Amino acid sequence: MYAFDIERPTTVAEAVNALKTDEAQPLGGGQTLIPTLKARLAAPSKLVSLSAIAEMIGISREGSTIRIGGATTHGQVATELAESYPALGYLASKIGDPAVRNRGTIGGSVANNDPAACYPAACLASGATITTNTRDIAADDFFLGMFETALEEDEIVTAVTFPVPQKADYQKFEQPASRFPLVGVFVAKHDDGVRVAVTGASESGVFRWTEAEEALSADFSAGALDGLSVDADGMITDLHGDGAYRAHLIKVLTGRAVTASR
Amino acid sequence: MKTTLTVNGRSHQVEHDARRTLLDTIRDDLGLPGTKKGCDHGQCGACTILLNGERVNSCLCLTAMHDGDDITTIEGIGSPDRLSALQKAFVEKDGYQCGYCTPGQIMSATAMLREVSEGAPSYVSGDLDGAALTDAEMAERMSGNLCRCSAYPLIREAILMASEAET
Repeated sequence: MYAFDIERPTTVAEAVNALKTDEAQPLGGGQTLIPTLKARLAAPSKLVSLSAIAEMIGISREGSTIRIGGATTHGQVATELAESYPALGYLASKIGDPAVRNRGTIGGSVANNDPAACYPAACLASGATITTNTRDIAADDFFLGMFETALEEDEIVTAVTFPVPQKADYQKFEQPASRFPLVGVFVAKHDDGVRVAVTGASESGVFRWTEAEEALSADFSAGALDGLSVDADGMITDLHGDGAYRAHLIKVLTGRAVTASR
Repeated sequence: MKTTLTVNGRSHQVEHDARRTLLDTIRDDLGLPGTKKGCDHGQCGACTILLNGERVNSCLCLTAMHDGDDITTIEGIGSPDRLSALQKAFVEKDGYQCGYCTPGQIMSATAMLREVSEGAPSYVSGDLDGAALTDAEMAERMSGNLCRCSAYPLIREAILMASEAET
């Protein structure tokens, strides 16, 4: 690791202030950032740990929405949402391994926007709102591309709010060593239509498969996808699978998610 | 910088660089070498400790993030003449070959058995109300701890033995 300073504020206001230093960076659970620092792939001047900010930790139900604090761990989401939003609880329960889930946070995951992260698919399909210290951002406007988000330099993800759909499911085709999705598909059936979000597949990061959304909004069954296909252009090709394989998986997993949704 | 930690019931103040991880603090500053450094990247689980009761990879915790936290290491759950149920079961079942991953396996299993008793869900069987700790269930719940010698069958036997001893 290159040298850095570290601060551990206890309020969002203090954290925002601490981030005003040039090249300062927020630190969530550190499950991605710390290995990145160890590999000397990042050189922040200062880390601002968000793990001691009580107002950013915890889950609350507000009517038909669920609000998850930005510093809430995957482990807590997996345990607490098993009943109230099973598809999201299940998604959280399949991230990494138990020790990683006890540290990694939802705010860190969405702010990093890894093209194969699970949470961005849940945010996009649920129509979630990402709340920062300055504003609310719709998931549709938040994820801009591979590792790119709408966040400004000193902006912190303080919470993510999920409308709970009528039915939903997440299907993840795992790369077995890393447990990241080769492709992951989150399908959510809302009062006003179906949303389908795909992670792991595209070179531009998480995206919505709008043709499938239209077909499924008219007929919520795996058969509704029969005539559809995903263009392999722009899909990730790596040693685990090529673009055509990933494109094929998107359709297969979308069908499975529709059938399994509850 | 200075950080105060409670490790195995004893309070310590350590002076350290901002880059220090809990793993290095525990091993090098506090002289507790039971916690092992395997990959140092959060992949292998050899450095698993209990942080405020929850299992974490100590190699991915910066010491500066943990002022005031409570830590338990392999040295804190038993001693050679008073082994914990899991330590005893690992000896009895030969739950290792080289032994390097064993402290991490035992710390992880210590937390895992508590999680199971509290009904923590896993996607293998949904919940464990009245269900047995099957091989698949244990493999999933211990998936963060790799054993390069692949002693997994005996590790699972040891965990099962300890879980039966506790209930």
